[in-house]
Amino acid sequence: MLVDVDARVIRNTRLSADYNVIALAAPQIAEATQPGQFVMVKSAGGGDPLLRRPFSVFEVLRSNNRVEGLTLLSKRVGVTTKILYDAVEGDAISCLGPLGRPFETVKPPTEAWMVAGGVGLAPFATLGEALLARGVKTTLFYGARSEAELFYLDWFKSRDIRLILSTEDGSMGDKGRITLPLERELQRAAAEPMIYACGPEPMLEAVAHVAGRFNRPSQVSVERTMGCGMGGCYSCVIPVRDGAGSERTRPTGSHYVRSCIAGPVFRGDEIVWD
Amino acid sequence: MRLSGTDLSVQIGALTLANPLIAASGCFGYGVEYADAVDLSTLGGVAVKGLFLKEREGHPPERIVETPSGMLNAIGLQGIGVDRFIREKLPELRQLRATVVVNICGSTLDEYVELARILSDAEGVAALELNISCPNIKEGGITFGCSLHGTFDVVNAVKKVTPLPVIPKLTPNVTDVASFARASEEAGADAVSLVNTFLAMAIDIETRRPKLSNIVGGLSGPAIRPIAVRMVYECRRAVKIPVIGMGGIASARDVLEFIIAGASAVQVGTANFVDPFIWGKLLTGITDYMQRHSIARISDLVGTIDTTSREKQWISS
Repeated sequence: MLVDVDARVIRNTRLSADYNVIALAAPQIAEATQPGQFVMVKSAGGGDPLLRRPFSVFEVLRSNNRVEGLTLLSKRVGVTTKILYDAVEGDAISCLGPLGRPFETVKPPTEAWMVAGGVGLAPFATLGEALLARGVKTTLFYGARSEAELFYLDWFKSRDIRLILSTEDGSMGDKGRITLPLERELQRAAAEPMIYACGPEPMLEAVAHVAGRFNRPSQVSVERTMGCGMGGCYSCVIPVRDGAGSERTRPTGSHYVRSCIAGPVFRGDEIVWD
Repeated sequence: MRLSGTDLSVQIGALTLANPLIAASGCFGYGVEYADAVDLSTLGGVAVKGLFLKEREGHPPERIVETPSGMLNAIGLQGIGVDRFIREKLPELRQLRATVVVNICGSTLDEYVELARILSDAEGVAALELNISCPNIKEGGITFGCSLHGTFDVVNAVKKVTPLPVIPKLTPNVTDVASFARASEEAGADAVSLVNTFLAMAIDIETRRPKLSNIVGGLSGPAIRPIAVRMVYECRRAVKIPVIGMGGIASARDVLEFIIAGASAVQVGTANFVDPFIWGKLLTGITDYMQRHSIARISDLVGTIDTTSREKQWISS
C-alpha cells in the first residue's frame, strides 16, 4: 500500500561532516517496505525544493516488537540531503512509499554477497536482515574513500555478516576499489553467491562485469535522476536489453525503462551500461 | 459529481466531466501507474502520455532538472505507440472507469489523422487532445502549433475523421496565444487546452554543460503559473469554446484562479509528481470555496473575473 506521511524526525545521527542517519516516524511505510525499496522525500513545509528525492530505506526501526519507523542513510550533496542532515528531532519530513521493485532474496545453500560503495550501503541493512532470517550466509563488501567513511561496521559484524572492506586511501581493508577483493574472493570461493550491489553507477557496471566473468548472477540497485518515483514522468529511465521474444527490434538492441517502477533493482546483465 | 449540494460537473463540447480536474498529459504516465494513489474514476479526466503511431525511445538522460519553483523536462515523448496503448493500457483504464483523454502527436498531418481514426474506433476514449506544442522534439507537432495555418489545418483534418471532442493543446511559445485559440475554434475545435511548457534551459556553470541532454527543455511548475493564468484569460476573451487551463497548479486556490480567469476545466501536472494524493485535497478545497461563496455550480464561476474599477476603500487604522 502506498502511503504519504509527514513523518516526525525521531532522531538524527550525524556520522561525519556529511553523512547522517535520520530516523523517521513512518511506521506504515516501514512495515510494508521490502529490502531494496525506496521512499520519496521532501521537506514537509512544501516550497523549495519542489520535487521529492529518492532514498533507499536503510533500517526498519522496532521497539517492543512494534515497528516505530524507518531510517535513511544520507550523504549531504544537495538541497534535500542538506535538509536531512540539518533536521532536528520533532521536524517533519514528507515521506512517500514504499516504492520500486525490491531485491529478490536467495535461499541456502546459495550465499549472498552484498557490494556497497559509499552511501550505497543504504539498502543492505534491511537486505542483510532478510537474508539472515532465511539462513543465508551473507557477506558485505564495502568500499569507501577512507576508514572514516565506513559506517555501521559493528552493526553488520554483530549480526554475523562477514565484512570485506576497501578504501581508496588504504586506511582500512584493501587499498583501491571494492571490485578488487570481490574478484579475489570469487576466484578463491567454492561458494556460488548471488551478488547484490548498490553504489555509484561505474561501480555497479564493474560489479556486473565481474559477476558475469565468473558466471554469477547479480542484482544492482541504480539511482537515476527521478522526478516522481511512480512512473509518471519518465525521467529516471535506464537502457535495458531487448528481451528474447520481445517485439522490440531496435538497432541498439535496447530500450529505456523507468528505473522507479521497473527498478531500482535490475539484473546486472540486463542493463546496457552507457 | 455532487458533494453536499455543489455541482462540480463541467461541459467540454459534448463531453461531461464529473469535475474540472484532469491529470495532465506527460505527468501521469498512462494513468494506470497512479491507480494505487487515486481512484481514477473520481477525476474529471485522465490525459495520458502523448502517443505517436509508433513506439518512441525518447531522449537520453538527463531528462529533467529542477529549477526555482519549477522543473525543466526534455523526455522526448518516449512512448509505446497507439497499438500497444489500445492493447495494453486502454482495457485497464476502462476497468478503472477513467475518463480517458488521449494526447496524440504526429510529425505529419496524416499521422494525426491516422491516430484519430484508430482511436475513434477504440472503446473507452472520451476525447482527443492534439499535442501541437511539445517543445522538445523537432519532428513533433510544434511546427503546427507555431503556425496559425498549421493549427487550423490539423484541427480541421482531425475533426473530419472523428466524432470525439478534439482539444488542441497550445504552446505558450508564441507572441499571441489567443490567435491560436481562435484558429482552433474556426477549425472546429471543441475546446483548447493551454499552456504546454515554456521553452527554457539550464547550464551547469562548473562544467559549462547544459543540464539536459537535449540542451533545451520545457519549464513547468508554479514558476509559470502567473503567465499561464494571463494566457488563459486572453484566450477566454478570444473564443467561445471552453478553455482548459494549466500551468503550475498546486492547490485548490490555484485551480480557482484559473477558473475565474476563464478556464472551464484545469489540468494538473507537476504537482502530481510531488503529491500523487493531491486530487482529493483539490476537490475538497474547491467544494469548501463554493460553499463559502454560495456557488452551486462550478461552471457558474468560469470567467467571472471582475475587472471593473472600484472606488478606493479607505480603512482607518
